[in-house]
Amino acid sequence: METLERVIAEHPFFAGLESYYLGLLVGCASNVRFAAGTYIFREGGEANAFYLIRAGKVALEVFAPQRKPIIVSTMGEGEILGWSWLLPPYHWRFHARVVEGTRAFALDGKCLRQKCDQNHDLGYELLKRFAQVIERQLVAAHYQLVDLAAQP
Amino acid sequence: MSTAAATLDAMVPRAYRVQAVGRETSDTFTLTLRPEDGGEDGGFQPGQFSMLWVFGVGELPISISGDPAARGRLDHTVRSVGPATHALVNRRAGEVVGVRGPLGLGWPVEAARGRDVVLVAGGIGLAPLRPVIYEVLRHRDRYGRLVVLYGARSPRDLLYRKELAAWARQRDTQILVTVDYGGLNWRGHVGVVTTLFRYARLQPARSLAMVCGPEVMMRFVTRELEHQGLAREDVYLSMERNMKCAVGFCGHCQFGPFFVCKDGPVFPYQRIRAWLDKHEL
Repeated sequence: METLERVIAEHPFFAGLESYYLGLLVGCASNVRFAAGTYIFREGGEANAFYLIRAGKVALEVFAPQRKPIIVSTMGEGEILGWSWLLPPYHWRFHARVVEGTRAFALDGKCLRQKCDQNHDLGYELLKRFAQVIERQLVAAHYQLVDLAAQP
Repeated sequence: MSTAAATLDAMVPRAYRVQAVGRETSDTFTLTLRPEDGGEDGGFQPGQFSMLWVFGVGELPISISGDPAARGRLDHTVRSVGPATHALVNRRAGEVVGVRGPLGLGWPVEAARGRDVVLVAGGIGLAPLRPVIYEVLRHRDRYGRLVVLYGARSPRDLLYRKELAAWARQRDTQILVTVDYGGLNWRGHVGVVTTLFRYARLQPARSLAMVCGPEVMMRFVTRELEHQGLAREDVYLSMERNMKCAVGFCGHCQFGPFFVCKDGPVFPYQRIRAWLDKHEL
């Protein structure tokens, strides 16, 4: 049976992270499951976790006045869901709705923030990794915006 | 045939009769054309285009989107965005249009033999890549894996939906589809086409990529292909510019030192890379 530590260690997001830090992370991790149609989090809610998606599909939705929510992106196996736990005021910016039954590891944000405050090297390692996730999503958002502006 | 005679020939439209007009989306249609005289044609290379002439309205460069093995038949997928394309998609079965072509340089299907073929399409950019898909699937043993990454604005804008589903069932074939904006009923992927790369099972060293879509999309895709480890020499793009003569005389489609109609529309990325970053070119 796969141990939590091993699966987290093998995830590309944590590639190269020393085993000592992995041990710290595992202390904040838990296995979670979400059924299709449920929400993992909602916009404005307290952001106290991030998720390593192991299987399934999650849609990020934006609330749009006088119409149904708009899906701006979907995430699946291997992807990292959520970074609002990292930055004050620790509130979610989107809804995360489960499109297909989803299995994930949840990493407790409060627990992680505490460990990062105590160990800045761990904080730096995590920030480096999240900066890449944020950069990828920012580039995709720019592309989406330029594409929209270029519509005939 | 002398060069002058060949050029003259390329300037003279041949009459084709509209056999069928199939609706792909609310504004995009596929016209199936056959030579009016019932004769053969010389076939085409995937990636080539035709100049389609709606008599009394105008002439348009349109990529050939059909099966290269289907001799005597030309399919063109047209998005209605202006008076000329509107007139074209409103032709009825039995009506006649003029056809010049096939014209231009197509996709490097010969160079792709023995390699994995990665196709990245945005919007109607799937149309000129569809002949490559037919070619690869018809001669499956000549090629490695086929990976198609296709992005459209919304689920309603997806082209060839039934074919996409059928292609996905073929062996050694991965079809990934995304839309920029999805409604709540859409169960597929949402995000720009570059977000599909994380799901693509690529072997960069043995892959050859062909990319077609809006220029801004191709800029983002080429960066991502490089990031994935594909060599620049293994990436090809299909360019679009305003074409008139379509044989390299008038200069309307000039792109840096190239004429898109004659030197393209398909170019090796390495050859045009410097020009893609020029502002307002």
